Amino acid sequence: MTKLPQETRKKLGLVIDLDTCVGCHGCVTACKGWNTQNYGAPLSDIDPYGADPEGTFLNRVFNYEIAPKDGGPSQTVHFPKSCLHCEDAPCVTVCPTGASYKRVEDGIVLVNEDRCIGCGLCAWACPYGARELDRDAGIMKKCTLCVDRIYNDNIPEVDRVPACVRTCPAGARHFGDLGDPDSDVSKLVAERGGFDLMPEQGTRPVNKYLPPRPKDTLDKTPPKALETVAEEPTGFLGWLDKALERL
Amino acid sequence: MHPAPSVIIFTSISGLGFGLLMWLGLGIPDFYGVASFGVFFMAYALSVGGLLSSVFHLGNKKNAIYAFSQWQTSWLSREGVLAVITLLVFAVYAIGRIFFALNLPVFGYVGAALALLTVFSTSMIYTQLKTVPRWNMAINPVLFLTYAIAGGALLSMQPTVAGVLILLVTVLQWAGWIMGDKRLLDTGSDKGTATGLGAVGKVRMFETAHTARNYILDEMVYHVGRKHSQKLRIIATLLIGVIPVAMLLLLPASMPMAIAVLVIHLAGVFTSRWLFFAEAEHVVSLYYSRG
Repeated sequence: MTKLPQETRKKLGLVIDLDTCVGCHGCVTACKGWNTQNYGAPLSDIDPYGADPEGTFLNRVFNYEIAPKDGGPSQTVHFPKSCLHCEDAPCVTVCPTGASYKRVEDGIVLVNEDRCIGCGLCAWACPYGARELDRDAGIMKKCTLCVDRIYNDNIPEVDRVPACVRTCPAGARHFGDLGDPDSDVSKLVAERGGFDLMPEQGTRPVNKYLPPRPKDTLDKTPPKALETVAEEPTGFLGWLDKALERL
Repeated sequence: MHPAPSVIIFTSISGLGFGLLMWLGLGIPDFYGVASFGVFFMAYALSVGGLLSSVFHLGNKKNAIYAFSQWQTSWLSREGVLAVITLLVFAVYAIGRIFFALNLPVFGYVGAALALLTVFSTSMIYTQLKTVPRWNMAINPVLFLTYAIAGGALLSMQPTVAGVLILLVTVLQWAGWIMGDKRLLDTGSDKGTATGLGAVGKVRMFETAHTARNYILDEMVYHVGRKHSQKLRIIATLLIGVIPVAMLLLLPASMPMAIAVLVIHLAGVFTSRWLFFAEAEHVVSLYYSRG
């Protein structure tokens, strides 16, 4: 069960555009909403209205600042982070119970909550902090890629994408088969130079991130002054103008 | 990493128990009858007690039986399976010695090997994690095994052997600490690789993803006590090795002295195990760290 499949038939995943993301946390809220009301144990909040609130989330948005190497102005990047559905998912192989698994049909990494013992070893094995142990249920929670939406015939076709993708107002999140080189997401990754997070960990993430586009820069030489378009009145109007000024 | 008491107790106590079982399997001390019952009781109390302590770490204990199922891939599962087999093999060996004055050396030797394999699996639960570079080192299984064998020697009343092994474990532990100090740096992971934005420029934290604490922060971004790590290393060294070895060499052997040495050594093992967790940096902290 916790043996990783040699090859998955599809590699469903997300492509996150760090250029377009505005950091609104809409995806965080949509994710929490859907995954609290649907598949598995709800994502609990502990002491939500108290002094020390905390909760389980499957998706979090960080904000980083990049200081360019040439010393230009810094750039702010909003950085959503959730499970990357790695091909070499270390969280799956460490699981002692077989609760963690990677699906052969689409590559989604899931937790079978009926087997999970809440030991937390999978969260330790994940470099990305994508797994959070729900402190109320005592069960490991993680992104399911909204497996209960994407194949759901009971909802309109337009909604059959992960909740975070459906809700993103900036169009910064894309969903598709990254194993198919002709899919829209694969083309997008190729075109924009999509990259992996912490490739040195050898996890081979399916999800890709698109880099922020270079910022516009001011021209070195100042722009040329415009030609004068206003004309001083002459003749009678010129005399009238001067006379009225003198009054 | 968060130094949870249940996991510190589990690794220290069960290591000690399986270390003692290893010596008992080799016929040291060569006891039969009631005396044999005493040492086997101690070994089982420590190993089983340690394993039970690890259960307190679980969020959902009712599924614990499934933890024996994934031995093909999971070191945690292997550890559970090996522990049970070891205890069963030793049960035959112990019953023979306690009730029938019968030595079954095959069960003893096989059990001794299994006991070491169990300790090795425990160490691999941590050593396998690439995400915690300080744990992901070949010296860690060596350390876990040496701790177990040295502690076992102490419990099986072999002052000279225990003294030499304790000295060895102290030296190895220092080597482990020093090697561990630059492990995170050696991986090359930083905020740049974590965000993939290192090519654009120097990445700094602007705002973290959440203002409240969460599981990831509590469990893996644990910093408390790290500033005292140098002092704690010295304290651990004194307790694990220096004081016990001095006592073993200089004082005449007696039961109270043996117990004192054991208590001091065990306090040192707990301290070093606390450091093992508290000092371990998880790469996920790169997403959270300032600067």
